[in-house]
Amino acid sequence: MKRILSKIGLVLTGLLANPVFAETTAKASQYQLNMTKGVTDISADVYDLHMLMFKICVVIAVLVFGAMFWAMWFHRKSKGAKPAHFHESVKVEIAWTVIPFIILIFMAIPAAKTLIAMEDASEPDLTIIVTGSQWKWHYKYMDDGVEYYSKLATQQDQIYGKLEKGENYLLEVDRPLVIPINKKVRFLITSDDVIHAWWVPEFAVKQDANPGFINDAWATAKEPGIYRGQCAELCGKDHGFMPVVVIAKEQADYDQWIGEQKTILANAKAEEQRLLSMNMTMDEAMATGEKVYLANCAACHMPNGQGLPGVFPALKGSVIATQDQPKHIEILLNGVAGTAMQSYAKQLSMTDIAAVITYERNAWGNNTGDLVQAKDINSAMNGK
Amino acid sequence: MTTTTSEHQDDNHSHEGHHEHHIPPGIKRWLYTTNHKDIGTLYLWFAFIMFLIGGAMAMVIRAELFQPGLQIVEPNFFNQMTTVHGLIMVFGAVMPAFTGLANWLVPMMIGAPDMALPRMNNWSFWILPFAFIILLSSLFMEGGGPAFGWTFYAPLSTTFSGDSTALFVFSVHIMGASSIMGAINVIVTIFNMRAPGMTWMKMPLFVWTWLITAFLLIAVMPVLAGAVTMILTDKFFGTSFFDAAGGGDPVMFQHIFWFFGHPEVYIMILPAFGIISQIVPTFSRKPLFGYASMVYATTSIALLSFIVWAHHMFTTGMPVAAEMFFMLATMLISVPTGVKVFNWVATMWRGSLSFEVPMLFALAFIVLFTIGGLSGLMLAIVPVDFQYHDTYFVVAHFHYVLVTGAIFSIMAAVYYWLPKWTGKMFDITLAKWHFWCSLVSVNVLFFPMHFVGLAGMPRRIPDYALQFADFNKWISIGGFAFGLSQLIFLALLIKACRKKGEPVTAQVWEGAEGLEWEIPSPAPYHTFETPPVIK
Repeated sequence: MKRILSKIGLVLTGLLANPVFAETTAKASQYQLNMTKGVTDISADVYDLHMLMFKICVVIAVLVFGAMFWAMWFHRKSKGAKPAHFHESVKVEIAWTVIPFIILIFMAIPAAKTLIAMEDASEPDLTIIVTGSQWKWHYKYMDDGVEYYSKLATQQDQIYGKLEKGENYLLEVDRPLVIPINKKVRFLITSDDVIHAWWVPEFAVKQDANPGFINDAWATAKEPGIYRGQCAELCGKDHGFMPVVVIAKEQADYDQWIGEQKTILANAKAEEQRLLSMNMTMDEAMATGEKVYLANCAACHMPNGQGLPGVFPALKGSVIATQDQPKHIEILLNGVAGTAMQSYAKQLSMTDIAAVITYERNAWGNNTGDLVQAKDINSAMNGK
Repeated sequence: MTTTTSEHQDDNHSHEGHHEHHIPPGIKRWLYTTNHKDIGTLYLWFAFIMFLIGGAMAMVIRAELFQPGLQIVEPNFFNQMTTVHGLIMVFGAVMPAFTGLANWLVPMMIGAPDMALPRMNNWSFWILPFAFIILLSSLFMEGGGPAFGWTFYAPLSTTFSGDSTALFVFSVHIMGASSIMGAINVIVTIFNMRAPGMTWMKMPLFVWTWLITAFLLIAVMPVLAGAVTMILTDKFFGTSFFDAAGGGDPVMFQHIFWFFGHPEVYIMILPAFGIISQIVPTFSRKPLFGYASMVYATTSIALLSFIVWAHHMFTTGMPVAAEMFFMLATMLISVPTGVKVFNWVATMWRGSLSFEVPMLFALAFIVLFTIGGLSGLMLAIVPVDFQYHDTYFVVAHFHYVLVTGAIFSIMAAVYYWLPKWTGKMFDITLAKWHFWCSLVSVNVLFFPMHFVGLAGMPRRIPDYALQFADFNKWISIGGFAFGLSQLIFLALLIKACRKKGEPVTAQVWEGAEGLEWEIPSPAPYHTFETPPVIK
């Protein structure tokens, strides 16, 4: 498992170091004023539309405020202005009803064109299912069967000011989404729990992830690069810590990447089977368990196991974490319906589940001495 | 437009002396009062206290966002602050302030002795403090108060919320009941108690805009009540209105909420249009330009507000045809809104302008509200809304229309009518300090939000990426300054209530016209017991 992780790490570092990406990741200005033009035809259209609207609004503002400031300056009582008595004019009133209406039509036409183009997700070259859950994204490549979770990679110590914040603070993930350039990639977007929104500004794609429903969106990236976005719909406590990172690659690089992913997936499965027959020692289980706990559980149950009273239950001293072990395993595997507790059967390996349960049953003074092994999880999964 | 005979004013004087003996002393006066002026005062003070509490929460938000990283509050508490800040400002500050102004002014403007339903008037005010005590106390319960945003989208507010949701639902029900009662009172008063000769098209625009607002309230507050009730039963009683697993639909919640929510936006701005339409002619010494078109524009804005709700939901995955419809309907609203702005400018045109404090706030309103209106027009364009939606661009937009729109209009109104209420001119030096400090700081606060929004900063996040840091620092500084500026207003109001200052005439402002300026200052406890005759 460690080997696999370090391999993924190597691949990622390699990518980041690749000179092709260096120029596109050049840091945005600290005082960025305007919307990005993005890297798709649609995002360029959206930018143009935005600028058109902006310019029309500025012209209207200058005319209206100009007239107003003119009156404020030249029609002042202190300058001896005597008030006129007019208080209506049918002609003028019709004019300033009709003219804005014509301006609106002028705005609506390009808007409608772009809208129709961006909502046409038909005939994609590649389809990826994007599933939001509190507080991570899951990507599944429909054609290749590759799937994985993508989580915030920024360390807690950076967030709490104990370490200096990195360049991509809060906009970095452990496993980014990878897509080929110049291909129409369709995203089918849904959610496992609350409503999230998957947003990549450079693609002008922002689409809500609704639980129980599937939305679609699409993008054809023109340039290779790393594109960063965030969840855009309030989704609970860690809404601000749910970034989206997409890497667009040349087709050949993409093909190589997807091949590697398939191998990694196959290796992970083989490794899982191998570990089934092996037993962890208590120390190994506690060490692995702590890591898994901090990465997956601590957001709600807190690093000290005390949860958030009234929102997320404490594990420290809880009945399930100190007594009912089968129930403990069942909750990890299936989640708890009607609550924020999700199922981890898909998200973690059996070894990790076993380790984290062992950790939860022995950390913070829970001291049950219980040691859970991968094969216990396997038998629970198979209903034995 | 209107005149009273001096005979009626004499009547008021004699009645005033007679009645003042019956005002109970101390707290009982305020608890038992059925007098529209007392209730108006209660509403206005309540709104101001809520404005300060909601503002304090905004200070917590801005302090946390002063720099990247989590320094002061945890994300869960941050979400409670944004949620309760929104609820307090909408339901506790802006709406009660307008109701307070309606209470004070509508009877005086139409020549009525009081509101039509005075006991209900007392009731509709006195349930409000309880609603907000419930809401605020929920912050102190285990797990904290509501943390799902003031829009409380399901299922975040159902399956994934804390137990305080029940208190939130109960308090919103009380606020809704209060608003509906207030609205009924305004409608009945305006329909039945206008003085002889006060025909519809002679009514001051503040009365007109409030009448239309009251109809909007009656139409949509029950929808809000329905939405919170469905949230309650989904969370506690096993229904599945908004849960796909039980045959419901989370997006349906948003449709119901915004069917309330969009007219609600106009509930918070139409009375402001009325106020500005009273103030601008006074200080331009010229009648309002296009009175009739103002009435028609207000009516059409109100009607259109019922068919644009889904422009808050362009990213939820609606069909293209629906997106197109809501885009075009929303753009249409800018036509009557534009007419209003043009009319105000035309009123000033070739007038004889002076810049007393109410006029300063009114002018700031016209410019800054128009900026908010123009960014609203940009937001209506669906393809670009995909980039703007749920970013600080939206936060900038609705704070321009609500703070420099609704709240500036309320401040303008308070400065305009305060001398009528107290009989003394307020402290003009303090008032000018309040205006200029507010004007500068509010723009430092909200204008850069446009930029961080366009650069990609989502709203409702307690921490942000480093490229947003510089602007956020400025935004927070503007926020603190704007918050402190309101303490000047507090000092001024306390001074005014202690009846300090120069006595004023009945007309107060040189160009002021209307029935309320024909009764003495301060306005006697009872006015127009014999209706004036309007020629």
